[in-house]
Amino acid sequence: MPDKVKAERIRNSKDLEEVRARILQSRSSKIPCIVIPSGTCCQARGSSEVACAFQREIEKHALGDKVAVRVTGCGGFCQTEPNVVIYPEEIYYQKLSPDDAEEVILEAVLRGRVIDRLLYADPNTGERFTHLNDIPFFKKQRRLLLANNLRVDPTSIHDYLAINGYNALSKVLQEKTPDEVINEIKQSGLRGRGGAGFTTGGKWELCRKARGDVKYVICNADEGDPGAYMDRSLLEGNPHSVIEGMIIGGYAIGASEGFIYVRDEYPLAVRHCRLAIEKAREYGFLGNDILGSGFSFDIKISMGAGAFVCGEETALIASIQGERGTPRQRPPFPAERGLWGKPTNINNVETWANVPLIMTKGAGWYSKIGIKKSKGTKIFSLVGKINNTGLVEVPLGTTLREIVYDIGGGIANGKKFKAVQTGGPSGGCIPSSLLDLPIDYESLAQAGSIMGSGGMIVMDEDTCMIDIARYYTAFLSDESCGKCLSCRKGTQRMYEILTDISEGKGEEGDIELLEELALVIKDTSLCGLGQTAPNPVISTIRYFQDEYEAHIKEKRCPSGVCKELISYYIKPEKCQACLICLRNCPVQAITGGKGLVHIIDQNKCTKCGTCLEVCPPRFGAVAKLSGKKAPEPVLQGTEVIRSRKTDVNA
Amino acid sequence: MELADKGNNKNLLSILQDVQKECGYLPEERLREIAVMLDMPLIDVCGVATFYKSFSLTPRGRHQVKVCLGTACHVRGADRIVEELERKLDVRRGETSEDGEFSLEAVMCLGCCAIGPVVVVDGKYYGQVTTAKVESILKTIREAIYAR
Repeated sequence: MPDKVKAERIRNSKDLEEVRARILQSRSSKIPCIVIPSGTCCQARGSSEVACAFQREIEKHALGDKVAVRVTGCGGFCQTEPNVVIYPEEIYYQKLSPDDAEEVILEAVLRGRVIDRLLYADPNTGERFTHLNDIPFFKKQRRLLLANNLRVDPTSIHDYLAINGYNALSKVLQEKTPDEVINEIKQSGLRGRGGAGFTTGGKWELCRKARGDVKYVICNADEGDPGAYMDRSLLEGNPHSVIEGMIIGGYAIGASEGFIYVRDEYPLAVRHCRLAIEKAREYGFLGNDILGSGFSFDIKISMGAGAFVCGEETALIASIQGERGTPRQRPPFPAERGLWGKPTNINNVETWANVPLIMTKGAGWYSKIGIKKSKGTKIFSLVGKINNTGLVEVPLGTTLREIVYDIGGGIANGKKFKAVQTGGPSGGCIPSSLLDLPIDYESLAQAGSIMGSGGMIVMDEDTCMIDIARYYTAFLSDESCGKCLSCRKGTQRMYEILTDISEGKGEEGDIELLEELALVIKDTSLCGLGQTAPNPVISTIRYFQDEYEAHIKEKRCPSGVCKELISYYIKPEKCQACLICLRNCPVQAITGGKGLVHIIDQNKCTKCGTCLEVCPPRFGAVAKLSGKKAPEPVLQGTEVIRSRKTDVNA
Repeated sequence: MELADKGNNKNLLSILQDVQKECGYLPEERLREIAVMLDMPLIDVCGVATFYKSFSLTPRGRHQVKVCLGTACHVRGADRIVEELERKLDVRRGETSEDGEFSLEAVMCLGCCAIGPVVVVDGKYYGQVTTAKVESILKTIREAIYAR
């Protein structure tokens, strides 16, 4: 929506109310608004082109005053991108192409006709849904933070003001002392959303009480866990909410400067953050004497340079100081000695985004959401072998089953569920026997995993747990900063053992050796990276020991993943000589011809699996074998047996 | 020097980021200059330069091909995509082709997990890549090279 209200410095809460009233007045709430989510992954799927098409059509038909368009951040249901939501009814159209824009505007928006073919259809039942909130993926969520991603254009501070943005800040500065703010956050039960789950209020209090006239707050946006992207989505989609949270935190702690430490792999998030900071400064939410309160605060962006360990708070501080990002011994905690030796409070993006919400709605309201010691909602990135991929926000205490089946729609392609990996490289794999586990900090720890930042990678029967353990160990050994020998060498040694197992060179006693190594690494590493590095290995041994044994004793990979233990084979009785695999084989390992059975040369085969991928399902001629050798090939030039039902041209 | 004013107190990391952005890598002579400018042993400058993954001490190719190896992409077969790219481009991951045309990089999670496996060519994202799709993705680079 074009901003018709001019920028001006807001000097007090009365000003804020006036500006907000003018913004709301300048916008007609009666005309429909087409919301086009356009986060990084939406753009990868073509949302920018779709947005352009909508704008072009509106110009072409001169509908500028009848239809509004808003390009926003990530809507959460990544599976359906590019999609649009038409307000006020919240009608959801998915998988659009630029060609659909005209029809959506003229038919759906202006004439109110629902376009069936563009509606979301449940992959299991085929049922179609018109409204966003009826779609099973959204229905069971409680999107306290994510819903705002669709309500604001992240580049417009007016959009944020229009949904009562910076109201919490104004209220805090006017009505509350710093101690009262800390008390409120403590009572809300909010805990860190980035890792260990320390209570946020407690952390703030430590920092407030720490001696020092200069203090800092930091937003940890170094979201390095592979498979987690909720922080990116919040920064891209609603950066002002994070900034507002940080200003409130700065006020409570007594800091006058804040830093957002963000990964350089997130260019769009950096751009939106930078713009939001500029706008907030222009409007007087950052700078001197904020809203006439006498409190001054400003925020800088500090760019990461690609080091996972910098998500650890002491390493992050070193990195902001321009040094190598290596962690140091704690205590002293950053709350006492942090950035440039000054008391510093670090919270992650999602934690900060919760702060304005708590200050607006109150600790009493917030603490009713969630269970036991885990309050509020948490955003998870539900990815991997799942039907509905995307960002899922649910109250803590929701069970894994509800997330995977009710919201996620179950496992893709009708496969069997095997495990969910939570908490990134520091987390563990949770097996199907624990599907009814409520997701909270304590239950996850008991199950051998952690909350982490909220990545949830769903794995099916085709995922090998040794491969997963090996993958994470490779990642950690690569990202280990090298300061502690046990972490540096221990993860490397674990990786070597796991590689041996995956290549069929595993020996009796390897499992015990892994367990011993795990214990040592855990006990003798300085920081969280090392202390939790063995989790993926320990949890896979704990729940999937049979897979380890199959690899070690039978030299068999039950999931058919470990390359050294599998072979591909074309069944002569099923091959219809369609030439597809032969043409697609990247190493020309397949011979055959028109009418002749195709044969894989096992010496040339790199086991990339392309032949299995491209073989038409109606033939099903390519088999993946593990634990046994591929049968001797038929003679070259053997003719195929034509099956009448499966004619090549059928 | 102009760079010395950057950042709060001669922030080495942000200076290196600027040089990387300007040159595409960190040339040795620039590292030596920075060391003199910050009155720092060269080894400390190199220590930071080699610690962070986004820095390169050798020139990178004119075209950047990045393959995401995050967990979500991994379970969906990203390894096969890297191997296919290595074959098609005749360059190993982490390396630059001899003619300086392209660099192939395997990166850890770009945060687009819903559409994995992901390949990024010169900033353009491609989702749900299969080995069969790789060639069509490379077409854009090849066309850009021919066009010159």
